Amino acid sequence: MAVNKFPIEAGHIMMFARAVGDKNPIYYDEAYAKTTEPGSIIAPPTFIQASAQFDPDYYLRPKIGEPWFGSGKNPTGMTQPSEGGVGRGLHAEQHFEYHRHPRPGDVLKAETRPGKTWEKEGKRGGKLKFSENITEYRDQNNELVITARSVGVMTEKAPE
Amino acid sequence: MSLKASTLKVGDTYSERLVEDLKRTQIVQYAGASGDYNPVHTDEIFATKVAGFPSTFAHGMLTMGMTGRMLTNYVGDGRLTKYGVRFTRQVFPGDDLDAKATVKEIRQEGGQYFVDLTVETFNQNGEMVISGSATARIDP
Repeated sequence: MAVNKFPIEAGHIMMFARAVGDKNPIYYDEAYAKTTEPGSIIAPPTFIQASAQFDPDYYLRPKIGEPWFGSGKNPTGMTQPSEGGVGRGLHAEQHFEYHRHPRPGDVLKAETRPGKTWEKEGKRGGKLKFSENITEYRDQNNELVITARSVGVMTEKAPE
Repeated sequence: MSLKASTLKVGDTYSERLVEDLKRTQIVQYAGASGDYNPVHTDEIFATKVAGFPSTFAHGMLTMGMTGRMLTNYVGDGRLTKYGVRFTRQVFPGDDLDAKATVKEIRQEGGQYFVDLTVETFNQNGEMVISGSATARIDP
């Protein structure tokens, strides 16, 4: 994943906070946020994951004019059966290190590098293949804001 | 209302109910906000007939996000320095979730106090869905 421009916006933070059921006014009320220690609206701890919205190639977002693998007339919109790729990948771990918490007005960019890969025999899903990605989010001054480590797992069959 | 090193003790816990009867609509809401539109989370037909799951299920990141709400309510806004989890079990529509933070260590580093927390989220059957840890800045 490479995200060149992830503008942190107050409306996006508000919608994200609603989605995770967080009614803390620091995520939508600027006047209240001024009275808090951070002194402004900040992003909730897992908000950075929404950088996917700004990744032009993010594969889990339908793209205009391209086939989409979700259901329509048929259970999948793909004419070729998927090779067990999409729909078999699960998120195994996610870790964040906060150098600071992003706030509206920041413009972040992200660069991802692959980390380790390993295999494990699963109890319920056959062989499990793990792979790690490390993403560094930097701000408009090129300062490190968040370091993220994500571990994905591919299963041979859906867990029972 | 920040945590204080002088009053916190190893073994102290804080817990919150995250959600009761998780609705598919909330999962849709999370897909829209996060940008993760993987149909395994929102499209029952795809999830069951193509991907072979018993039903749609929540994004791991939705559970991590809700659990993060418990953490920030406990440690205060902007105080987290680390937060990481393993997703140990899928979360399905209809689930009730409860999250708990337990104080593992209180330490000082370069004049700043920190608390290390163990983080766990359970479903209505007492099964762990998230196992993780977090670190936050605290007052003296």
